[in-house]
Amino acid sequence: MKVLVAVKRVVDYNVKVRVKADQSGVDLANVKMSMNPFCEIAVEEAVRLKEKGIASEIVVVTAGPAQAQEQLRTALALGADRAVLIDTGTAELSSLTTAKLLKAVVDKEQPQLVILGKQAIDSDNNQTGQMLAALTGFAQGTFASKVEQAGDGLNVTREIDGGLQTVSLTLPAVVTTDLRLNEPRYASLPNIMKAKKKPLETLTPDALGVAVNASYEVVKVEAPAGRQAGIKVKSVAELVEKLKNEAKVI
Amino acid sequence: MSSLIVAEHHLGQLKAATANVIMAARELTQPIELLLIGPGACAAAEQAAAFAGVERVLVAEAPESCAPEVLAELIARLAGRCPGHVLAEASTQGRSVLPRVAALLDVGMIAQVIAIDSQTVFRRPIYAGNAIACVESLDEVRILTVRASAFAEAERCATPCPIVRLEEALAPAASRLVSEVLSTSARPELGSARVVVSGGRGLGSRENFALVERVADRLGGAVGASRAAVDAGFAGNDLQVGQTGKHVAPDLYLAVGISGAIQHLAGMSGSKVIVAINQDGEAPITQVADYTLVADLFEALPALERAL
Repeated sequence: MKVLVAVKRVVDYNVKVRVKADQSGVDLANVKMSMNPFCEIAVEEAVRLKEKGIASEIVVVTAGPAQAQEQLRTALALGADRAVLIDTGTAELSSLTTAKLLKAVVDKEQPQLVILGKQAIDSDNNQTGQMLAALTGFAQGTFASKVEQAGDGLNVTREIDGGLQTVSLTLPAVVTTDLRLNEPRYASLPNIMKAKKKPLETLTPDALGVAVNASYEVVKVEAPAGRQAGIKVKSVAELVEKLKNEAKVI
Repeated sequence: MSSLIVAEHHLGQLKAATANVIMAARELTQPIELLLIGPGACAAAEQAAAFAGVERVLVAEAPESCAPEVLAELIARLAGRCPGHVLAEASTQGRSVLPRVAALLDVGMIAQVIAIDSQTVFRRPIYAGNAIACVESLDEVRILTVRASAFAEAERCATPCPIVRLEEALAPAASRLVSEVLSTSARPELGSARVVVSGGRGLGSRENFALVERVADRLGGAVGASRAAVDAGFAGNDLQVGQTGKHVAPDLYLAVGISGAIQHLAGMSGSKVIVAINQDGEAPITQVADYTLVADLFEALPALERAL
């Protein structure tokens, strides 16, 4: 089957971001950018499906600025066959717009399976996969920690609030990855070199017939309220005394 | 204008966080309708009808638990009737279903709301809680998931509201439930517990994790874990506290052997009092902790258990 994987360029997960002084957003100038960690897991899962002979071709897609090519090249180095960049310039994309752009690519490519990360660590929205599933009418398997072929469909084990749940999905389907689905591999230097020769197609929202408009407006972005500096206690007895008499929480 | 709350229950037992979602809805459009679906929905509806502020409980009893594809279609049909708000807890179910509802209605969605400024303006954390975005929805129907720990619990009233049975046809699903493995615990639920004791990599093994559990039991609290502890197999994944796990805001959060990575702090930095027990006095967790005990947790935990 053909697998489509969506990836996103985001601020590196180790960076502690700062809010801009004018409260217009988060300062991303000169900050290290990477592939969203959940997207790496999505790429890895697609590559494993190909190694098992289940997936025939892996197409990786992103919507974002021209620099997002770097993340597509990373995915190609990890084992994707070809890449599609939907160049949206500097526009901030809502999950719904991204889902509509991805839907247009799904219509073009006709994959049997679409894999996305469960959430992007910048917006923390956790929406795009579910929205894409709704727009395409596909079955959805969110927060996947295990994906197995079962007959004509897939069995997906999901991480839910009280434990684990296994669902069977009819194909075509959308799966979103949770942290424990797999351990993503690193790209080797020869594969990084080879990835430079793999095909990368650039599309625009116009060409896909999708309007980039937001369903919300960011009024302002603030730094979270800071916490008062704490104190160091010397012993368990002192800790219990403070919790009882000072903080009054036990 | 009305608000529709998509509530959750497990085999007829209403989820505790429903009370918090009702409180959030009370800051929005009235009247408030509450929807319950699945096996045991009628029993859960009687519990839901007792909350102050709920005008009507809609029930669709179904023989088996509903797939998100089916649930989303039904909710979209109900929400499409008039403009207003659709709310659910930002639980795994809320996060699975509501984005699907939003896309079916061709509207956006505001996830993980922690404060309501007006009917259209909401606050939500972004970048693992390192920034708070204040966003204005431009849609007619506003789809929200709310973080239960950020809202108080609605109180119960003397006269329950009416319960209405829905006779909607449910579409066949493209996905089907195969099996479920739920962890059973007598401890309070992590999301709503007053005290949470969490363990990290520092515990070293699943057996040692019992030290954390014993202190939690002494305090009548819930047990949490860092991602490192879950990945190492010390605790179940449903106990993970952080950006990608549960978000908690208890009165007391006790972090044992947890360094305090950005992703973990995102899930617990709203706690009222934070205590860190760590061997490393410079660990990032000590910067948010109200009380830090620099000690070997294998000595400190048993001592703490005895002192409580």
